[in-house]
Amino acid sequence: MATEHSTEPALSLRSVTVELGDGDSKVRPLDDVNFEVARGEFVGVVGPSGAGKSSLLAVAGALLQADSGNVEVLGQDLSKIGPSQGRLAKFRLRNIGFVFQSGNLIPALNSADQLRLVNKLSGGPASFDPLPLLDAVGMAHKAKNLPGQLSGGERQRVGIARAFVTSPGLLLVDEPTSALDRARSQQIVALLAEQSHERGVATIMVTHDHDVIGHCDRVVEMVDGRLSAYETSEAMGAH
Amino acid sequence: MFLAIRELKFARGRFGLMGAVVSLIAILMVMLSGLSSGLVNDGVSGLKSLPVTAFAFDEGTKTDNAFSRSVIDAEQVDAWKSQPGVNHAEPVGAGMTNATTDDGTQIDLSLFGITPDSFLTPAVSEGEQLSGLAGIVVSETAKSDGLELGTIITLDRLDTELKVVGFTEGQATFGHVDMAYLNLDTWRLIASGAAQPGTPTQTQVDALDFDVASVVALQAEDGEEIDMLAGDLAAGTTTVDLKESFNSSPGYEAETLTLSMIQMFLYGICALVVGAFFTVWTIQRQHELAVLRAVGASGRYLLRDSLTQAAILLFSFTALGVMAGVGLGSAMPDGMPFALELEPILTSSIITIVLGLVGAAVAVLRITRIDPNTALGGQR
Repeated sequence: MATEHSTEPALSLRSVTVELGDGDSKVRPLDDVNFEVARGEFVGVVGPSGAGKSSLLAVAGALLQADSGNVEVLGQDLSKIGPSQGRLAKFRLRNIGFVFQSGNLIPALNSADQLRLVNKLSGGPASFDPLPLLDAVGMAHKAKNLPGQLSGGERQRVGIARAFVTSPGLLLVDEPTSALDRARSQQIVALLAEQSHERGVATIMVTHDHDVIGHCDRVVEMVDGRLSAYETSEAMGAH
Repeated sequence: MFLAIRELKFARGRFGLMGAVVSLIAILMVMLSGLSSGLVNDGVSGLKSLPVTAFAFDEGTKTDNAFSRSVIDAEQVDAWKSQPGVNHAEPVGAGMTNATTDDGTQIDLSLFGITPDSFLTPAVSEGEQLSGLAGIVVSETAKSDGLELGTIITLDRLDTELKVVGFTEGQATFGHVDMAYLNLDTWRLIASGAAQPGTPTQTQVDALDFDVASVVALQAEDGEEIDMLAGDLAAGTTTVDLKESFNSSPGYEAETLTLSMIQMFLYGICALVVGAFFTVWTIQRQHELAVLRAVGASGRYLLRDSLTQAAILLFSFTALGVMAGVGLGSAMPDGMPFALELEPILTSSIITIVLGLVGAAVAVLRITRIDPNTALGGQR
């Protein structure tokens, strides 16, 4: 499972703090977080609800600005791009892939069009063919199916293929198995790990599902906005 | 367009319902437009067809019913004739009358007394031009009352007899009444009350000391403009251009204002309905849009996409509605003042589409406020 990682991290968070809300309702979903993910590395993030896992993804994905600290994605300091939403969106489009809960596919688009849309948004070639990517996730035979005609696992596979359209350097995966049974969960995360390693993409997967973290190169745990423990996937799996 | 077209196909039920509403609005708009044009034609088609630049009324004449209220004399006509830029200045006598045809049918006529062979002589579709004292050229639409060439019309109370010698080309009505062009001398006999029973004669005309008329019809020289202020000062008149003179037709202003107000409401309703639909549509898609924004779609792309949807919806269903409206309009009964004219239908269609787009634009602006962060599960 382990792959050779380049020395420069794909993602680097240094002393990152995020505060949300005002007054008494103020919360700190990320509290002085230091975190690095190497290229080609598949990292799992576990932790209880409200621990700050989604905020970690949001900050890493240029969806949420850190109140303090430094965030670098593929060597680019995000504070130097923002706060222009347009420029941040462009950066995300070219460098960051997202896999959401339940795939979060667009209901009006069939599997192939899900990928074509991202290709269009990113200004990709008009000759773009989505079939090889769909084939890589075992979904080429359902290229013309709408999301409503796919199972949860199939939707997630299409979502994974969609995330790779722009060949991102960083892949952020949000609870990919939340709507899947155990067997399908294993398949999906195995597929994610395989694709991430094959493509040399740094991947961060937020999950509640401890059964799937055996596929990760490394697992970190978040509690109260802090990355409290660093353990290997083997060690976590042994718990 | 990529996403817009696919979403239109995917949500065809919802868009179809909305489109049906837009089509119904377009049908109503065509009907109102047709009714409006029909009423305008019924009210002032006789004036519209005149080769007149402006009408000069006696100074201070009240606008409403000004044609029958105004009285001008020969000096005022002469004063206008000598104005620079005026090609023609002719007196016109106007007034309504009741009459009976030789088969006993009671009719109303709007009498327009003009000088035969003047620039005001109407083009005829049937019969001959105005000549003599008893001849009248009547609106073509009067045929529906049974009028034919040679029909003798007897004016009520005076028992003066006039003969139909021609029909105008197309409709020529004033104040919703068919127009009858007649010799100005005959009009003067009738207006003065000096007309005798039977056919008007030259002897009666010669004996009449009544050289007034209702208004001065003015025609500008080619490429020239009439200096109305200077002319009014010289002639003691109040001059309005042809279009403005329509307001002097009985009931014209009240009718057009009423219909215009209904049309304005219709435009407002269209903008609100389309805006409400796209508000709900945008709210329904909020999570999808957040996902797209998270992936990297710009707010501008999503706005353009939603507006394209609105434009396709409005264009296609307005066109359908207009076609249905035109079909319905052409089946309107003859007695109904209804006229399908390209320009007002086109204008109101464009206004409907533009205001619908404005409504949609206001609604979909919320796209720019969608936080891409909400695409992540924990932030929902």
